Amino acid sequence: MPLFEKKHGYPGKLIIVEGIDGSGKSTQVALLKKWLDSQGSSVFFTEWNSSALVRETTREGKKKNILTPTTFSLLHATDFADRLNYQIIPPLKAGMIVLADRYAYTAFARDVVRGAHPEWVRRLYSFAVKPDLSFYFKVPIDMACERILSGRSEIKFYEAGMDLGYSTDIRESFKMFQADIGKQYDKMVDEFGLTPVDATREIHEQQGSVREAVNDLLKGYSKKRTIYAKRAKVFWRTFTVS
Amino acid sequence: MPREPKFFGERLPYLKPFSAKGKLICIEGTDGSGRSTQIGLLKNWLEVQGYSVIETGWAHSNLMQRSIEMAKSGNMMDRMTFTLLYATDFADRFENQIVPAIKSGHIVLADRYIFTAFARDVVREANQQWIRDLFSFALVPDLVVYLKVDIEALIPRVIESGGMNYWEAGMDLHMGQDLFDSFVNYQSKLIAEYDKLAKEFSFEVIDARKGVDEIQEKIREKAKECLEAIPRHSS
Repeated sequence: MPLFEKKHGYPGKLIIVEGIDGSGKSTQVALLKKWLDSQGSSVFFTEWNSSALVRETTREGKKKNILTPTTFSLLHATDFADRLNYQIIPPLKAGMIVLADRYAYTAFARDVVRGAHPEWVRRLYSFAVKPDLSFYFKVPIDMACERILSGRSEIKFYEAGMDLGYSTDIRESFKMFQADIGKQYDKMVDEFGLTPVDATREIHEQQGSVREAVNDLLKGYSKKRTIYAKRAKVFWRTFTVS
Repeated sequence: MPREPKFFGERLPYLKPFSAKGKLICIEGTDGSGRSTQIGLLKNWLEVQGYSVIETGWAHSNLMQRSIEMAKSGNMMDRMTFTLLYATDFADRFENQIVPAIKSGHIVLADRYIFTAFARDVVREANQQWIRDLFSFALVPDLVVYLKVDIEALIPRVIESGGMNYWEAGMDLHMGQDLFDSFVNYQSKLIAEYDKLAKEFSFEVIDARKGVDEIQEKIREKAKECLEAIPRHSS
């Protein structure tokens, strides 16, 4: 299927991270951002499901458990389209590095497990631009669950896939849901050329391989400083009007 | 007689197979073509005949109404996002209103259907195939009535009924010097697009410049033909 096969022609770079909940991807992308910032690159960060436009609706739909697999999928696609146009494409055009915590692959994994047609979801996102580098943080399901289940007291209904009726026990449901999502991700490694990262390793070791891959990507890339960094000269102040 | 329901593409994978006892009747037409007046009359008539009627309106789902209003009040919206908002709204109504009603033998009167998205988005130059794939889970209606008005007849109607608004005039597309020019350009393009869709999807085209009663008479005729197959609810 002709999806994500075209490289974007923008001067910037798009780097995304994917993985199941508890894979440690958010930690890794935060460390990557720190490093890129320190190198003097201009970096823009964007996160899945964060657009103001549908945030309220999604929250309410989730709270009342009134979302179907299709409305769930479409709401996230709406959020994505909004962020693509306002947060992803403009910085790419401006030559910046865009870091995205989750991308369309999250929808391909989750929505399909929820029951959406794999091809329908892929076509739905066909307007997205192909990332220059996509990291997939691969972690055994038990390890991910331990991280999540020990760290937080409460797992949310949809996060645990409770709408799918795996189990009435929320923790059990969470495990089974995430395991199915993991399988979808594994399939996508070849389909979309994701770069797998062994997320069982120490945090700094993983970050080492992430930075190495990013370094390779950025060869030949001329970094843009933010507008704040280069202040334009204000000539008119030096003249006095008599 | 319950029938096998027909979808534009594939049935939603998680939707169990069902048989269609009810009928889906859609009324399409540009703003100011008199859709809601006609739907009100038709609903009343059908109920008098003993049919149970469910109405569903474009952009009126419980889930999305607020997001859509919010999106319209600020105009920082791109086409794709708009289409997806409407698609989410449609999916919500489709799964929670339309499908259950059709399953259990009601008549669904839809004030606009997916053709509205097709027409608007083609005018807004979105990718045609993408939109059709997007809505491929929708049921094929049993009857589509298209209330056709030409632009000359449309202008006074819209002005009389409260004036032209930003979105009806397609102001986001910068199609004219002022509201009026933009309205004329945008609505003319929409009408042209509806005409194409009418052929492709075999709409029943009704001249909506005629009087209210005359139009209603024609709609009832078409509705009758389409309803002959289903039994009335005995009272």
